[in-house]
Amino acid sequence: MIAQPPPKADVIARRSEIVAGLQALLPASGVISEALRLKPYETDGLPAYRQIPLAVALPETTEQVAAVLAFCHKNGVRVIPRGAGTSLSGGALPMSDSVVVGLMRMNQILDIDYADRCATVQAGVTNIGITNAVAAEGFFYAPDPSSQLACMIGGNVGMNSGGAHCLKYGVTANNLLGLRIVTMQGEILDIGGQHLDAAGYDWLGLMTGSEGMLAMVTEVTVRILRAPEGQRAMLVAFDANETAGRAVDAIIGSGIIPVALEFMDRPAIHACEQFAHAGYPLDAEAMLIIEVEGSVAEQDDLLNRIAALCEPFHPLSLRVSQSVEESVAIWKGRKGAFGAVGRISPDYLCMDGTIPTGQLPFVLRRIGEMSDAYGLKVANIFHAGDGNLHPLIMFDANRPGSFEDAEKFGADILKLCVEVGGCLTGEHGVGVEKRELMTVQFTEIELNQQRRIKTAFDPDWLLNPSKVFPLVEPPQAADLPAAA
Amino acid sequence: MSVALAPAHEGGVVEAILAARAAKEPLLVQGRGTKAGMLRPVQAARGLSTRNLTEISLYAPQELIISAGAGVSIPDLEAKLAEGGQGLIAEPPDLSALLGTEAGVQTLGGVVATNLSGPRRVAWGAMRDHVMGVRAVNGAGEVIRSGGRVLKNVTGLDLCKLLTGSYGTLAVITEVTLKVLPRAELTGSLLLPGLDAIRGVAALSSALGSPFGVSGAAWLPADAAERVPALAGRGAVALVRIEDFAKSVEYRLGRLAEGLAPFGAAALLNDEASGAAWRAIRDAVPLRAEPGDAVWRVSVRPSSGPATLATLESAGARGFLDWGGGLVWIAGPPALHERVTATALAGRGTWTLLRAPEPMRAAVDVVPPEAPALARITRRVKTAMDPAGILNPGRLYAGV
Repeated sequence: MIAQPPPKADVIARRSEIVAGLQALLPASGVISEALRLKPYETDGLPAYRQIPLAVALPETTEQVAAVLAFCHKNGVRVIPRGAGTSLSGGALPMSDSVVVGLMRMNQILDIDYADRCATVQAGVTNIGITNAVAAEGFFYAPDPSSQLACMIGGNVGMNSGGAHCLKYGVTANNLLGLRIVTMQGEILDIGGQHLDAAGYDWLGLMTGSEGMLAMVTEVTVRILRAPEGQRAMLVAFDANETAGRAVDAIIGSGIIPVALEFMDRPAIHACEQFAHAGYPLDAEAMLIIEVEGSVAEQDDLLNRIAALCEPFHPLSLRVSQSVEESVAIWKGRKGAFGAVGRISPDYLCMDGTIPTGQLPFVLRRIGEMSDAYGLKVANIFHAGDGNLHPLIMFDANRPGSFEDAEKFGADILKLCVEVGGCLTGEHGVGVEKRELMTVQFTEIELNQQRRIKTAFDPDWLLNPSKVFPLVEPPQAADLPAAA
Repeated sequence: MSVALAPAHEGGVVEAILAARAAKEPLLVQGRGTKAGMLRPVQAARGLSTRNLTEISLYAPQELIISAGAGVSIPDLEAKLAEGGQGLIAEPPDLSALLGTEAGVQTLGGVVATNLSGPRRVAWGAMRDHVMGVRAVNGAGEVIRSGGRVLKNVTGLDLCKLLTGSYGTLAVITEVTLKVLPRAELTGSLLLPGLDAIRGVAALSSALGSPFGVSGAAWLPADAAERVPALAGRGAVALVRIEDFAKSVEYRLGRLAEGLAPFGAAALLNDEASGAAWRAIRDAVPLRAEPGDAVWRVSVRPSSGPATLATLESAGARGFLDWGGGLVWIAGPPALHERVTATALAGRGTWTLLRAPEPMRAAVDVVPPEAPALARITRRVKTAMDPAGILNPGRLYAGV
């Protein structure tokens, strides 16, 4: 079990009083305190770690969130913000003395403005829910994490979620215009709005990816974009990871930025083909899914250019999707990769580092060596355009020591990512999973700088504490000026 | 100013900050000083310039990444990127003509510290969207890195975005890593003459809401268009830009012109004319600012742009619209300050006092004051990064 700071005995002792206090602030059924009903909230998308919280609060409005946070602040109660609970890094893992504040009842689309190309939604609206709300008018919300059917926009802001198409459209931070947030003290603040760019500090940018440590997000204004005329995918198979990597360099170097550029290694190809029957080339060592956008003629032009760029690397096969159905099948394999690996292995850990793309062949070779040394199989999926690597480490939780080995293997991969100039996490967040590795990427001075900013928002470290930073005593509030 | 240092290495930046801190004296932080006339003036006994931090330590065209010292000039950076067929995404403006400073020398650190973005911002993001990594020295003299040299990174708090646009008040940026993109093979624009601001912005919204990837959308009243040779002689103009492969530009402009037919017949600007027009719009050339005038940059939702401009024109200001109508450039007598800020806030937007006579800049708010709870966070974050309050004090907010 992962280490947690000691629970606050006084909070746990006052449990029934705290539950009653929350019940007074929320509609009936807005507070969960029965052991059985708390169970679903004990973990998130990283089920290896579990902890039943003190209680769960399910507010429906920003004002209710503010009331709950003010109450918890006054009573010294830790708060864990939660969206759909899809975090792969344990970002929503509760603490035994904490109140989980869930966003799932805040699921209203508040405003859609096509002329100004923006939409305002409550934080519990799902990622796909935004696109679904604007699709009839031909618009979409760009960031598309694999969990987009379930994950909520508030969680996307917390983790700065990406997706397969962020090479062209950017990540969450690049697609936000405004936030309504609630501080741990219960103050409601509006950041940004429907206009571009703040005057003053970029609170929108700082909040995005802050993993729920600075304030709770309750409303989000996003940019919506008009969908392209069409898109088409092609599959290119290579006999070696190195060759596929060089083809990626050639494509980007030519001035073409495909809307998506995904790499899969041999184990990933096999796992996904079994699942999706997309016609993936089983004889290949590496495969690229390349997607372009535009009119049919523009797609043809770009795909022809890309095919010509791949030619010098002697692809084993090169297949351009001939229909919408075929493109869907190609993507079904990729987007279902996690599930596919789940079918061939009892358990798996999904890692999320980023590397300079030129380092891919070296990194994959080293991961292969580690895989042999640990005796654990790994499948690699890679957002090749932006360097975001997802090794899926397969293990069997029923075999003693297997999970611990998988964790160590994963940590070794992430250290390698940092060593070659990359980072610990590209889109899943640090959460609890990677917090002890932060010292690999940052100096103690840098971590303390980040901690002091956390303290500026949340002096008592009540909001999602024990995430992101290695567990040490936070800097004393006395280091900072008293709140005016 | 008694001491003005321009170290050639980051270590010198650390020393200068530690010395200022020991002496308890504020430090004026700048690059080449081309934006000293923007926002609030800094009263400081010491100066620190990053102009000599001019190393380009990494350029990886295949990874769309460049790392350069804060002192590298934007033209030098663009020249380096041109070697790889690439360019800066956010198209930062050179406002030297407006600010009465030397042209073509502004630094990377300067445009990042001020988060200045040009017309492409409407489609491709601001400077802050492309800062992938920074090295900086905080007010305690500590070297702080955030982000890195990869395009996707959510490791820890995003201090890149916090420092971008912070005007040197939180830390001194020494090196920046930017995402860059290939330069388009061709640029072309459609020009729609004779539309008033409301119809003009409706046309821009229609174009930006099309599937054709518009990368610039501006509306200029007749007198503003007259100041740009490529646009002159046609009255008020709405202008939209496509940048892409040559064939795509031709196709997309054709389809856009069909879609915009209800707004009248569109004229086509070729690569050269389009380039000249958008450079002028980027640098606010269409804005006539008399000596002694103040200049404001107002950002509202695009559909509020025409009313914002009309209100201020009726009060005696001049202006034009970029970013699909959302960026309202305003010039006029300093006495209009309250009118401008009230109009911006009434449109639920924001504003920056970009230029004004020095006594005015020292006396009024230069960006909108924050709500009390947010202002408290601002002061605490300032203290978290610059505990002695020595870096560009007052540049953004009085007392911060």
